[in-house]
Amino acid sequence: MVEEINSLPPALELRGIDKRFGAVHANRDLSFAVAAGTVHGVIGENGAGKSTLMNIIYGFHRADAGEIRVHGKPVEIHSPQDAIAAGIGMVHQHFMLVENFTVLENIVLGVEGGPRLAGGLASARAGLEQLARDYGLDVPLDTVVSELPVGLQQRVEILKALHRGADLLILDEPTAVLTPQEADQLFKMLGRLRAQGKTVILVTHKLREIMAVTDRVTVMRQGAVVAEVATRATSSRDLAEKMVGRAVLLQVEKGPAQPGATLLTVRDLEVTDRLGVPRVKGVSFTLRAGEIVGLAGVAGNGQSELLEALAGIRAPSRGEIVLGGRDLVREGLDPRARRHLGLAHVPEDRLRMGVVTGFSAQDNAILGYHDLPAYQRGGLLNRAAILGGCERKMAAYDVRPPNPHLRIAAFSGGNQQKLVLAREIDSDPRVLLVGQPTRGVDIGAIEFIHQKLVALRDAGKALLLVSVELDEILGLADRILVMNAGEIVGELARAEATEEKIGLMMAGVKGEGRA
Amino acid sequence: MSPPAKLPRWAELGLLPAINLIAALLLSGAIIRLIGESPWAALKLMADGAFGSQESIGYTFYYATNFIFTGLAVAVAYHAGLFNIGAEGQAYIGGLGTGLVCLWLGAWPFWAVLPLAILAGALFGAAWAFIPAWLQARRGSHIVITTIMFNFIASALMTWLLVNVLIRPGQQSPETREFAPNAFMPGLHTLLGKIGIPFTSTPLNLAFLLALAAAALVWVLLWRTRWGYALRVAGRNPAAAVYAGIRPPRVTLGAMLLSGALAGSLGLNELMGSQHRILLDFPGGAGFVGIAVALMGRNQPVGIFLAAVLFGALVQGGSQLSFDMPHVNRDMVVVIQGLVILLCGAMENVFRGPLSRLFAGKTRSPKSEIRNDGGPDA
Amino acid sequence: MISSRLLGVLLVSLGAVTLTPAADFKPAIVYDFGGKFDRSFNQSASVGAEKFRQDTGIAFREFEITNAAQREQIMTQLAKRGSSIIVAVGFTQASAVERVARQFPDVKFTIIDAVVDLPNVQSINFREQESSFLCGMAAALASKTGKVGFVGGMDIPLIRKFALGYAEGAKYVNPNIEVFQNMTGTTPAAWGDPTKGAELAKSQFGRGADVVFHAAGATGIGVMQAAQDAGLLSIGCDSNQDYLHPGSVLTSAVKRVDVAVYKAFQDAKAGTWKGGQLVLGLAESGVDYSYDEYNRTVLTPAMKQRLDQARADIVSGRLKVSEYRAQ
Repeated sequence: MVEEINSLPPALELRGIDKRFGAVHANRDLSFAVAAGTVHGVIGENGAGKSTLMNIIYGFHRADAGEIRVHGKPVEIHSPQDAIAAGIGMVHQHFMLVENFTVLENIVLGVEGGPRLAGGLASARAGLEQLARDYGLDVPLDTVVSELPVGLQQRVEILKALHRGADLLILDEPTAVLTPQEADQLFKMLGRLRAQGKTVILVTHKLREIMAVTDRVTVMRQGAVVAEVATRATSSRDLAEKMVGRAVLLQVEKGPAQPGATLLTVRDLEVTDRLGVPRVKGVSFTLRAGEIVGLAGVAGNGQSELLEALAGIRAPSRGEIVLGGRDLVREGLDPRARRHLGLAHVPEDRLRMGVVTGFSAQDNAILGYHDLPAYQRGGLLNRAAILGGCERKMAAYDVRPPNPHLRIAAFSGGNQQKLVLAREIDSDPRVLLVGQPTRGVDIGAIEFIHQKLVALRDAGKALLLVSVELDEILGLADRILVMNAGEIVGELARAEATEEKIGLMMAGVKGEGRA
Repeated sequence: MSPPAKLPRWAELGLLPAINLIAALLLSGAIIRLIGESPWAALKLMADGAFGSQESIGYTFYYATNFIFTGLAVAVAYHAGLFNIGAEGQAYIGGLGTGLVCLWLGAWPFWAVLPLAILAGALFGAAWAFIPAWLQARRGSHIVITTIMFNFIASALMTWLLVNVLIRPGQQSPETREFAPNAFMPGLHTLLGKIGIPFTSTPLNLAFLLALAAAALVWVLLWRTRWGYALRVAGRNPAAAVYAGIRPPRVTLGAMLLSGALAGSLGLNELMGSQHRILLDFPGGAGFVGIAVALMGRNQPVGIFLAAVLFGALVQGGSQLSFDMPHVNRDMVVVIQGLVILLCGAMENVFRGPLSRLFAGKTRSPKSEIRNDGGPDA
Repeated sequence: MISSRLLGVLLVSLGAVTLTPAADFKPAIVYDFGGKFDRSFNQSASVGAEKFRQDTGIAFREFEITNAAQREQIMTQLAKRGSSIIVAVGFTQASAVERVARQFPDVKFTIIDAVVDLPNVQSINFREQESSFLCGMAAALASKTGKVGFVGGMDIPLIRKFALGYAEGAKYVNPNIEVFQNMTGTTPAAWGDPTKGAELAKSQFGRGADVVFHAAGATGIGVMQAAQDAGLLSIGCDSNQDYLHPGSVLTSAVKRVDVAVYKAFQDAKAGTWKGGQLVLGLAESGVDYSYDEYNRTVLTPAMKQRLDQARADIVSGRLKVSEYRAQ
């Protein structure tokens, strides 16, 4: 299995790791080795068992069977403290930082070195400045964490791990919260760490990242290792097939758009947040039948607020939203009334807004449509119709398992999303607002969802697609709007759009379009 | 850190509570042993005292009736994402409504008094819940705080009314005159007697059947109506509710009105059924027991009924225990009740882990997943 | 067994009116919410029952109420199990006594602090206003600031009766005296909140009071502690509480519930028990102020003389103390 040039034992070796959660076999007899001084990728779809494995390595879970070796020596890891002692550091997808502490305070948290803080802080400061010089990890040590951009917060997490003497760094989906530029910086930093002899495990579901920075890659599917290859000896397509277990389409196939009548017109829309800060500043655009308009931008530039204002969840402070000749803003229509007018909405954050996790699939399949005459009469729910409707939607959108009684939380992200999409399309809307349609969705389902969206376009619907995945926008949209700091800074036809052009606009450089 | 353990439905709803209850009884037994009485005899006394005769059964279910009303009240609010600590005060004020109807209209025939008494109790209780609900919905004042405050306000108001206004003239005890007999809730022994079933005279009365009807009504409202659906969505996920066009503040108001109305029905049992007058502190803590009952009953009507009977049995059996065992005083009984609440409510998950491991070893089929079809969700 | 039968024969032969032989005499007592260890009203009743047991060797059943419905249930049970006399402590038991007594006309009931008008019920009430009057006098005599305080438990007619008598007594000594009044609360919890009692006492001290009288059950413990801490005076209630803080407790408004209970048991045993109303005041030694080795240092002979004079006047009817009446 190992064809290393150096004869050093691997930095980390896993032998026969096995873990069950009740009926779920999360890790099946996993074995692989990570050579010292390399960046090792672990890739797999959501639910492939990556996170479970990392949690075992870091001591949050205990394996039912198997052995972990660090630098050739077997270690017992029962807690994160054991992992730290073994030289393993972890950067979680969701940062474990105390927001109102300074960077320095966060880093020494747990390793203060005595009851009196001052001494510990001073010696930590010196050590950190050294680390920062060695790895090019510049972070303002005395700034409160909540004031830092996410890219720097992540750096704090990395520094924290290094400060605790980590020799092996695990990064779990580190780019989920980063802009493309920030992600590039992160990858450069990983290169420097490798050059200094550190070992990095990069856990991700994004093929591009694996290809960009790793030396070797382990592919997981359904809790097992299905392949382990040198990165330069493989390709994105090859890895994708290994992950899914069959050939996949990475590019959506679609014909040219045939835009028809204007269905939705937005004029001079302004949305302020609860503190009165404008998040969307005088935005105007139109949506036409038979086209997908992509809304690109770095997360947090007003796309979410715009989407919620269109859907009726947030009240705009100014402007018009015209659908079918009616101004939704002036009439103050709520989301339910907008649905009746043919405006459907797949929300950006499925678990926060799109589904009720404690409910069954069938109860989720009527969310927002529970007052349709098909599902209730005189206030009394028609359970048979609800059940039948759910079965129909599940069949049409290939939701698996097709069991309407199962709790929604028991479905994978992709199947949840398919059910949400099915629900929103079932009432035959004219306009569909779609936010992050493939966030937390496995590749197989991404393919399916993308095909469905294109089919809807071809059926004459108007779609607004909000996504932070530039690939997705470029793959699906017929027209692209780019948002920066609450304004639409440019509009591009798909044919003239490139990643570079959009990237510049996302960073605030105004394009040659309108706006 | 590990995901919540899943159990088969029958184990979730039957086995786990049973194990918790047994653990609580074992612990109580150990304490009874410590004070020098026989745990076995004590358990037998309690069980006998709660279910051993028609009389004890009557009392057990009489107490349970109060707990069904307040348990349902807490559960309805809970499903809307609200923690109603105010069932005690709502029951107190609701009872005032019922009592006033009985005092003023007691000369009317019973079948005319009954609907008005039910209505008045529900209205008064709902009105008392409305103010905290309104403050929560419109002003964001936390409902836990406001409902607690309203318990005190209810208590102060009732004391003032009973001491200064409603008191029967010329007596010490701050309580009203007795209702006219027309306003007495018929005892269950009378009703059963009419259909030829002999039953000892106990305070158990028609209100018990009304409580069961209320439980059925709550089930239909929550799981079979659009209104209940919206209520549960708003309770589980307010963001999803807004997304679906449901207005959480409106749900808050509606849920609390229903919650208050349910709690306010306690007077039907306690005042019309047993005391036949308005007296100080007649809810006697049933509003707080209702929290434990709802918790133990998984906020579902059937579960609440069972938990209410259990607590009724603890009160009745406990009173027999302290009656017959001189060393077990009423504080010991409170300790036993506390242990049951602790193990069945607050610490209910202690045995969940081991139990789920046991099941994981045996069953692998995905069918063991907890189903959740329109029916009550745990 | 033999000896008790012998005793029975002996008593009968002596012509004593003993309808129930001692072995079959089953007394019972039902306490109210406060519980038998409230160091005050219920405890005083318990002391009387206990004394009866010691003197006669006859055991009694007792029960502490935890909810309203229990009163009737327990009394019914006691009656069914052949209790000879049931003493119900506290006015809250009145309606239960009334109902159960009607159902069991052969069982004797004694209720304390309330009136139940049935042939088999003996209603014992106290003229608390008389002892409160004397305590008000003592407070006024001891006060240097001309300001005295009163802390009641729950705001109910009984407590107003205490408050009224106290204020009258204080004014009787010093017409210009200021009397502060506070009630602890509006729920039964007001009987068991020493912390709040202490706070109320402190606030009255803050306004210049230097003697405070409590009629607040266990809450009063806090009132008396606060007086001790401040180096000022307090007046106890129901039981003789002088021993709690010797030198700081001026006196106590003693209400001889123990005597009432003891006498009810004894009379019932002897067959001299009678239904009807009994009102016990200073004349009947049902209420009094306390004077013992614990408060001898603070209650001076001069004060004692004034109090004893007033007591004699009240007993003889020369001095009228008004009684709070619920309308």
